[in-house]
Amino acid sequence: MKPVNQRAWFLVAPVLLLVAFTAIIPLMTVVNYSVQYVGMNTQFHWVGDLWFREVLASEKFWNALWRNLVFSGIILMIQIPLGVLIALNMPRKGWGVPVCLVVMALPLLIPWYVVGMIWQMFGRVDIGLFGVMLRDFGYNYENDPIDAWFTLVLMDTWHWTSLVALLAYAGLVSIPDAYYQAARIDGASRWQVFRHIQLPKMARVLTIAVLLRFMDSFMIFTEPFAVIAGGDPVFLSTELKQTVELGQKAAMSLIYFLIILLMSWVFYTVMTRDDGEPRQRGGAS
Amino acid sequence: MKQSRFAWIVPAIYILFLLTPIYWLVAMSFKTNVEITTRFTLLPETFNFDNYIKVFTDQKWRDVFANSIIYVGLNTIISVAVALPAAYAFSRYKFFGDKHLFFWLLTNRMAPAAVFTLPFFQLYSAFGLFDTHIAVALAHCLFNVPLAVWILEGFMSGVPREIDETAYIDGHSFPSFFVKIFMPLIASGIGVAAFFCFMFSWVEYLIADSLARSTVMPITTRLQALSQASGTDWGVLAAAGTLTLIPGAIVIWFVRNYIAKGFALGRV
Repeated sequence: MKPVNQRAWFLVAPVLLLVAFTAIIPLMTVVNYSVQYVGMNTQFHWVGDLWFREVLASEKFWNALWRNLVFSGIILMIQIPLGVLIALNMPRKGWGVPVCLVVMALPLLIPWYVVGMIWQMFGRVDIGLFGVMLRDFGYNYENDPIDAWFTLVLMDTWHWTSLVALLAYAGLVSIPDAYYQAARIDGASRWQVFRHIQLPKMARVLTIAVLLRFMDSFMIFTEPFAVIAGGDPVFLSTELKQTVELGQKAAMSLIYFLIILLMSWVFYTVMTRDDGEPRQRGGAS
Repeated sequence: MKQSRFAWIVPAIYILFLLTPIYWLVAMSFKTNVEITTRFTLLPETFNFDNYIKVFTDQKWRDVFANSIIYVGLNTIISVAVALPAAYAFSRYKFFGDKHLFFWLLTNRMAPAAVFTLPFFQLYSAFGLFDTHIAVALAHCLFNVPLAVWILEGFMSGVPREIDETAYIDGHSFPSFFVKIFMPLIASGIGVAAFFCFMFSWVEYLIADSLARSTVMPITTRLQALSQASGTDWGVLAAAGTLTLIPGAIVIWFVRNYIAKGFALGRV
């Protein structure tokens, strides 16, 4: 058990001050805007919940939210199984391990705008390798919303599947050999080994992967912005960026933030579920 | 578990899929604009370094690269420095409100950047910090400080508490214990936290773009301005884009075994 020590607050104080400056003050400003009308010469007028009602009645908001949810759903359905499949087949020893780890992590470290730019250059029907190859099949992401969706999903899969694969791999290598030996003695099939040994052992990392991928795809802005420059499909963050009226923007921000807050709570519960139990930490995962 | 003899095919295909768009970017950076726009060539006809020479000799390109590196570096130092004592507190003690505080930190890591760009402009202008390196470095603390606290807490919890107690009995004060004994013990954790702060600050676009518009413009803002203008100089864009891959590619080697742990906020 950890001892109770209120002086620990002094150690936390710098973080508290810093995050208060970078998060609380801005959030309070947003709250302030969301209940007022900012007129000419920045005169503020109290309008109550007007902006919130306006946002919640706006078709554009619901469409963007819906698009975001569909996008996140597709992303999860593709990236989670694909990531697990890759992790299961990744080498466990030898020179292949560092090669896989380093190359797979590479897309994760590319500035998000550059990710979009790479896919713009790759997918354009006039200069892109991908675009030119598919041009004859009528592919053109700049004109066709379906093709734009396809390109964005493919780009996100390219950008983030490695995260799922690396997390799943970390879960897999932590399984002791004794489990597999026991399974061999019992004559378990490959599927049974996966279903009853590997999957349960990966459950925790996979939950983290699902939550991370859901949140990040739910907040996506930069990569689609780079590829389609605010065109169709319009996601929540794009809608937010394009909203001009300050109060409406603030109200939408708060609704958006509340959705994220709810999901963060789920995330937190999962992350700290088995804190306090003895568990291997600190070494290479 | 014995894998099938052909297991390597799956990661091999995936890696091919990962490298193809990157190959196209790099190939483009060696082509002339005439070649890019008029001919479709899988390999550059001649490897010319004109695009790279243009990037390296243009003061503007050099400035935007330097700007990005400066605010990313500042952010990494600030984030890790303030996160170290806080992570120690979370890993060693119970105190009033600790759980709520830990959760609240996480919500900042998860907050969409688009929500914060609106008030950030006013806030940093009010302090006269708008369009400075430190503004972007501070703004990125929004998600990097929570990240660093979570990762460091994960590593610190792996160090047995007996070490602290022994050190105090030996007469070490808290600062001397922390710097001389504890920090070397979690050196790899500090490295991983610094790497992830570096990385998330480096890849972020929206906040950096909204806070640093002219004198300290980040590299991605310039790429954006040039890529969506008419008469795009694709060759130079590809060369500059390729250069942005290098910092990540270099540091990744050192943390290859910790990448999953870092993304899972120190909890794998």
